[in-house]
Amino acid sequence: MLRFIMLALVCAVLLPVTGRAQDLQKVLQSHHAEVADPGRRTVGVVLDDLLASGLPGVQTFLERWQDKEVAVRVSDGQFFYAEEAEDDTYTLFAIPGAETVRTGVSRDAIEEVKPNGGVRREIRNALVVFQLSDPDIEKRRDAVQAIGRSLKPSHLKSLQAAIPGETDPALKARKTRLAAYLVARYGKVADARIAAIAGLSDDISVETRAVLSQILEARPGVAEALPRDANIARVLEPGSDDLSRAEAYARLVDAGRARAVVNAADIRDALAARIDGARVGGVPVAQLDTQAARVRAYKVLATDGAVPPLVTPAEQARALQEHVFFEVYREVDSRITDAARDAQASVAMRLAAGKAVDLTLDAMSLASIYFLAAIGLAITFGVMGVINMAHGEFIMMGAYTGYLVQLVVPDYTLSLVVALPLAFAVTFGAGVAMERLVIRWLYHRPLETLLATFGISIALQQLAKNIFGTQARPLTSPGWLDGALVINDVIQISYIRIAIFVLALLFLGLLLFVLNRTRLGLEVRAVTQNRGMAASMGINPDRINMLTFGLGSGIAGIAGVAIGLYAKVTSEMGQDYIVQSFMTVVVGGVGNVFGALAGATMIGFFQKGIEWFNPSNTLAAQTYMILFIILFIQVRPKGIMALKGRAAGD
Amino acid sequence: MNTLLEVSGVSVSFDGFRAINNLSLQIAEPELRAVIGPNGAGKTTFMDIVTGKTRPDTGRVLWGEKSVSLLSMSESRIARAGIGRKFQKPTVFEAQTVRENLAMALRNPRGPFKVLFYREGSAAAGRIAALADEIGLSDALQRPAGELSHGQKQWLEIGMLLAQEPRLLLVDEPAAGMTLIERERTTELLQRAARTRAVIVVEHDMDFVRRLGCKVTVLHEGAVLAEGSLDHVTQNRDVIDVYLGR
Amino acid sequence: MPDQATPTRPFAARHPSVLWFIAALALFTLGVTVLSEATGVGLISTSFVKTLGKMLCLCLVAIAMDVVWGYCGILSLGHFAFFGLGGYAIGMWLMYARTEQIVLDQMTNEVLPPTGTEIKDAIGAQIFGVVGATDFPVIWAFSHSLTLQLLMVVLVPGLLALVFGWLAFRARVAGVYLSILTQAMTLALALYLFQNDSGLRGNNGLSGLQNLPGLESVPQAQVSIWFFWGSALALGLGYLLFAWVVSGKIGSVIRGIRDDEARVCFLGYNVEGYKLFVFTLTAVVAGVGGALYYPQAGIINPAEVAPIASIYLAVWVAIGGRGRLYGAVIGAALVSVLSSWFTGGGAPDVDLGVYTIRWTDWWLVLLGVGFVAVTLFFPKGIGGLFDLVAHRVAPVRVGDYGPDDGAKRKEEGPAE
Repeated sequence: MLRFIMLALVCAVLLPVTGRAQDLQKVLQSHHAEVADPGRRTVGVVLDDLLASGLPGVQTFLERWQDKEVAVRVSDGQFFYAEEAEDDTYTLFAIPGAETVRTGVSRDAIEEVKPNGGVRREIRNALVVFQLSDPDIEKRRDAVQAIGRSLKPSHLKSLQAAIPGETDPALKARKTRLAAYLVARYGKVADARIAAIAGLSDDISVETRAVLSQILEARPGVAEALPRDANIARVLEPGSDDLSRAEAYARLVDAGRARAVVNAADIRDALAARIDGARVGGVPVAQLDTQAARVRAYKVLATDGAVPPLVTPAEQARALQEHVFFEVYREVDSRITDAARDAQASVAMRLAAGKAVDLTLDAMSLASIYFLAAIGLAITFGVMGVINMAHGEFIMMGAYTGYLVQLVVPDYTLSLVVALPLAFAVTFGAGVAMERLVIRWLYHRPLETLLATFGISIALQQLAKNIFGTQARPLTSPGWLDGALVINDVIQISYIRIAIFVLALLFLGLLLFVLNRTRLGLEVRAVTQNRGMAASMGINPDRINMLTFGLGSGIAGIAGVAIGLYAKVTSEMGQDYIVQSFMTVVVGGVGNVFGALAGATMIGFFQKGIEWFNPSNTLAAQTYMILFIILFIQVRPKGIMALKGRAAGD
Repeated sequence: MNTLLEVSGVSVSFDGFRAINNLSLQIAEPELRAVIGPNGAGKTTFMDIVTGKTRPDTGRVLWGEKSVSLLSMSESRIARAGIGRKFQKPTVFEAQTVRENLAMALRNPRGPFKVLFYREGSAAAGRIAALADEIGLSDALQRPAGELSHGQKQWLEIGMLLAQEPRLLLVDEPAAGMTLIERERTTELLQRAARTRAVIVVEHDMDFVRRLGCKVTVLHEGAVLAEGSLDHVTQNRDVIDVYLGR
Repeated sequence: MPDQATPTRPFAARHPSVLWFIAALALFTLGVTVLSEATGVGLISTSFVKTLGKMLCLCLVAIAMDVVWGYCGILSLGHFAFFGLGGYAIGMWLMYARTEQIVLDQMTNEVLPPTGTEIKDAIGAQIFGVVGATDFPVIWAFSHSLTLQLLMVVLVPGLLALVFGWLAFRARVAGVYLSILTQAMTLALALYLFQNDSGLRGNNGLSGLQNLPGLESVPQAQVSIWFFWGSALALGLGYLLFAWVVSGKIGSVIRGIRDDEARVCFLGYNVEGYKLFVFTLTAVVAGVGGALYYPQAGIINPAEVAPIASIYLAVWVAIGGRGRLYGAVIGAALVSVLSSWFTGGGAPDVDLGVYTIRWTDWWLVLLGVGFVAVTLFFPKGIGGLFDLVAHRVAPVRVGDYGPDDGAKRKEEGPAE
């Protein structure tokens, strides 16, 4: 039956049926005033009736009405389409057939209908239902989007009618979902609504959550006893987390069921207004510098009846005792609210799961950034026992290298391909130079190395500031890295972060390969474990140190390009990562690729975890993270991946 | 003679490598004992365990008449309990004078505030003078320890150990890098010290051990291989195989 | 080190450098007093007196840093945080007391005399309005009392150092690890202070600290010379205290910890306790320095506590010469004065034809490079020059482990 009606509706809308021409005019006449002089508020009734009539020609009428081509004949109040001819006269066409009725009508004989902007917008919205089945898919898409923006019960019928004929599967699904929203919210049959609501329970989109919470909209209420006939959402206990006693009492006051509390400010104003000479309420004004004295004076005034008496705590308690506080659903049918509540719970569960997944992705992405930033540090610290405070500045150098490359190579993809190895080369060179010039002379004096590299760090930072200025420089990512991978409304991750994650994985693999499968790696491990012995085996520890330092610095350069893609390139960007990098190394354990990985993962997850608990405050998150690390050191002083025994060198 | 230190069933491993394997050892007071063994036999690890630097995985280390466990004590508490250790490399405070080195080692309250308000009395000054005399550094009291020769540093360290008045002295290769005459003096010093206290000497040098003329414990792969006089253990088949035979 | 031939000789005779320093400080104080506007001929402007007073406070925190790093070997990157905490502690009282007076003045026109709660609420609204709050946080509980707040100057840095140090030293965190951990502590503190709900006005910090409550009628010139004297006195007392600590037997132990921690431990000294003592004592002195510094600066905000400040502190001490107290004073005085000369535009630009070097831009580069050079070529810093004057030669056999060097095990090798 329903299907038949829908089909009929489709036919009625699509096929011009001239035989019932009079009916449309009749409908218009029944709303004569609103059609002839439409206002934004009143036009809704006309539009609803027109749409509900399902008459042919409604679409044409609406379009022409919107375009100010409708006129009223003054003599009989009939509506016509009117076109202005060249000689200042009008030609009238019948509604809805558009046959020519008369030409050469003078301007005085008719009155043009001129809907204002607000009305035209309403008409445009009403027209949407006709575009739902438009052959042009773009128009259909626009129409669906327009309906999605503001759901109206009047859309339901046409939306349902437009579903079977829809050929595009995505659009069809969208129409079905919108129809479900409408049924859930405005359906006339309770069972249909319940079914529609149940169908929403697997959708975590913002829209669905909005629809459900609209169905579950409740208003606060207070009464001496719980109303029997109302659909009660919940009963609130004064003094609970949901309703403090003060709030509850304020509700009573608002409802006119209790006297307002006289607070300190009220007392002061009341006393100030009633000063009699130098006294008020028999108390000298000079003595009114304590709250107790003021209350005393006020009580005197109250006894005289000059001011309302104080509301005692006992009175407040009694008032609260005598009333129940509750929330009542606007929806009266409890079966529907129950269904909506079930659906909401199910959505909430899915949402929590989705958020957990999203948080994990975020944490992994943060971890991969920390890993990239810290791994170079971990290598130099682990192999050489050298803390490089200028590591952050190497990250910065890498990012600026990327920026300079983009100035020369305009294609973003190509420039990235050039920038990555170039950044590695630049920072590798800087690292080797630093090792040769400074660090080599300070082996076995780690604290002095720390300070000397800090000197280099401030010099490099200021140098960058002198060259590039203080404002942030852009490092633009190629187009294919724009946007995000959207799985649903909750789970999404930007492509840049995915790219950084992949880059981190690549480097993990590369480093493991270099350290475990190559001659260089063998020599590095040999020098790490026993420098003297390695030297006597013909390995040149100086060369290994130089290469190791270069490698660590080079990776910092690449990390700089990666970080620059999503963060700003400034001369101070290194500082933002250096402490976290140190923490990563300390937590992970020294001299171990997996240690850096574990440290980065732990710090990334921990930071995101804290942000989840306290999303508004990233500063607090960092504070807590550092405190956590200090405590973590208590449990595992040598990090997660600690070396044991003699190799630990303690 | 009663037992001062009892090590029983101690094992410790580093990343799967068993440095000490079910080691048991007893030292009496007073006693002079030499511990020998090839490289990697666990001699130094044994010292690390007794002095609290390394915690064993299993086993017991008991100390004194009351058989207190040393395992739960920190390094400094073990030292205060009466165990002194001399490292292989002479570790004296090179930036400070010989006198300051000795004063620091002198048996006195060790708490920060006691030390902060410490004033050196004549008894302490006399003790320092006596110690300096014993180790032959009376003339060098005001010199920074860094200026001393290698042998003098060794003696200074032994002097610091004596200043601690420990009940047990652990000495790691005291003769390394010494001239013959210095060795003889060192031997004398150790023998004299062993009259009133327990002394364990870890040594590579067989001649030096022979000169000490004391009971010898041979370690191998973290366990006691043989024990007895030097002549006795050098006759032992196992010892010849694993140590002397190589 | 000064010789200790016979311990019975008087302290000053055994440590002539202390006497020299106190004399120089007294002379300097006298000179500034005579030249200042308030008490002398007015050759030195009030703002310069403040700069010099602040310099003395920096010297005080520098000698504290020298004791903890140069003598005890703990490269703390957190002592400027303790300095800042001292400043915050005194700043809370200054701000409270001054705002209280302003509020009371405003309230005299009210019809009713204000109650205590009203006054407190008004002060709270004045102080915390800038961060959108009106209530007093718990940490301001003592801010009304100068005595209690002065106690906080000592207690807050002291307790933080005690707790942090206890955790760190107990876990045997040492060397570079410890430096990084102290830096993390400093960063955590700075980030906490940056928050608006930290209760200390977020990044606005505390301001108007140069105005002493109750002394509005006294000109700043006079106040500045008072603070200058106070700073000089504090520096002198601090110097004496530290000179006494590092010269006695405890100084011997502390230097021993720096050079060979394990050996001190095997001598039976509880190394953790000593480190904690030094760390906490120096933190307290740093806090006192901060409490004198910030009323002269007039404002304190979280940026002052940032990790970089603590690193600069280490730089001063390194340039001046570690392990000698007067070295730290020289380093702090020289670098802080040079820094304000260069960055304040006092240094003339250098025209190279193609490029003009403006020192406001290049001072940090110069400092960085200069600092690397000092670390590499003059590890003893400027203070090392005094050795040349005194014709003292370094010990000749430091690091001589005898002919059997090759048999040395790693953990017994040179201190790493």
